[in-house]
Amino acid sequence: MTTTTTALALVAGDVVLDETVPARAPWSAVVRAGHVLTIVDLGGNQAVDCLFYDAHDTAERYSAQDTIAAQGGIFLTTGSVLLSNEGAPLVTVVADEVGRHDTVGGACSKESNTLRYGHHTQHQHACVENFLLEGAKWGLGKRDLVSNVNWYMNVPVDPDGSLGIVDGISAPGLRIALRAERDVLVLVSNCPQINNPCNGFDPTPVRMVVTAPSS
Amino acid sequence: MSTATTAGARAHARSMAGTVVEAMPVLPATAAAPPAGVDAIDLVRAETVAGGGYTSLTVARGTTLRLEDLTGDACAHVVLLNAAGPHERLNIADTVKVLWQAYVTTGHLLLSDQGRVLASVVTDTSGRHDTFCGTSTKARNEQRYGDGTAFGPTPAGRELLTLAAAKHGLSKRDLPPSMAFFQGVRVDSATGTFAWLGSAGRGAVVELRAEMDLHVLLANVPHPLDPRATYETGPLRLHAWRGEPTRPGDELWGLTPEGERAFLNTQDYLAARGIS
Repeated sequence: MTTTTTALALVAGDVVLDETVPARAPWSAVVRAGHVLTIVDLGGNQAVDCLFYDAHDTAERYSAQDTIAAQGGIFLTTGSVLLSNEGAPLVTVVADEVGRHDTVGGACSKESNTLRYGHHTQHQHACVENFLLEGAKWGLGKRDLVSNVNWYMNVPVDPDGSLGIVDGISAPGLRIALRAERDVLVLVSNCPQINNPCNGFDPTPVRMVVTAPSS
Repeated sequence: MSTATTAGARAHARSMAGTVVEAMPVLPATAAAPPAGVDAIDLVRAETVAGGGYTSLTVARGTTLRLEDLTGDACAHVVLLNAAGPHERLNIADTVKVLWQAYVTTGHLLLSDQGRVLASVVTDTSGRHDTFCGTSTKARNEQRYGDGTAFGPTPAGRELLTLAAAKHGLSKRDLPPSMAFFQGVRVDSATGTFAWLGSAGRGAVVELRAEMDLHVLLANVPHPLDPRATYETGPLRLHAWRGEPTRPGDELWGLTPEGERAFLNTQDYLAARGIS
């Protein structure tokens, strides 16, 4: 563990991890209870698909539905508490420089890409592939994938129920900070989608900084 | 009746047969009164699910599943899985994202995580369904009603869906986000916050057509955002009858380009398994 600090972390603390996730790549880490994960949207409008699991019992995992039912709305921002499928807090958004994030759009997959854009996309890379590859390192498989958070992604719902991914409202350098409420496994797909505006049709890297409260 | 002996206990047990209550299955299903327009001989399931109860069934491709809210207080929390490989299951995110529509009604397709159609909504007289909020948890019901255990007075949907999954050898890891029928919410387009829409009232009907062999898991419990302080639920009637899946040329097949590709993917998958 290092004790350096970085200007990138959105909440003051000692840096315990600082990694850059390349464009299109997966990433994972266990963030210990009380530690804060700052995600930095380096290039702007990069959708960061993200799943959370109780690090000690991965059958308990992020539930988009319980989260938005409990907070009474679909957008995530500062103060949002991300709940598990058992209704328990996994992480809390403690700071947010963007304003809102998506929790209903889920991940892109090779399979859903064929429906959304055509069968020519079958062999393009997709978030579910990233989740499967990265999750396998932790013993997770397909059964463990559920609707995920999409940090920085903009998914409005029109009055008639029309819903879709539209141009983002993030910008280069904007950050979000998440405090772990218990030891959580964080699984990320830095979205490789190139067919819709979730990342401006241009996947870019993001940075992950984990800090511990200063002692 | 003495139950002190084997013969007495047997006679006692057997004397209960034939008891009729509201929430129970009718067997054989063909003995049930069929919905209008359905021939009783085609019925494969007829059951009334208690408020606070659950059921599960496995249906063949082409089966129509009819749900009726008898009192206006039912809420059917549904999970669908491919019976031939339950790792393929309902994907709510894809269901709303791919079809560009969050408010499910007639003509909507319930999509799997494999880019295929699990079921299509062929009838909807309610129009008040919810893809956002899922079902209730034990923790939430404890907070709201004092108890959320499966066989307590105010059971949580997740506890019941866990039991329904277990009947198919499946566990909590196999429970994806669920769909709620008969109790709806609407989203404020500016703020993203929910407004409670609730029920359309007694007698609302939804019919789903299975587009592949399905495990259907169903919990009938209050919607998690039901604003009433008390646990309000009512019986749900379920009929299922054999029929044909959606075919090329059906109006639904080509209703949207995304849906048409989902049907093509389904057809392709089933054809490889020798199913036409």
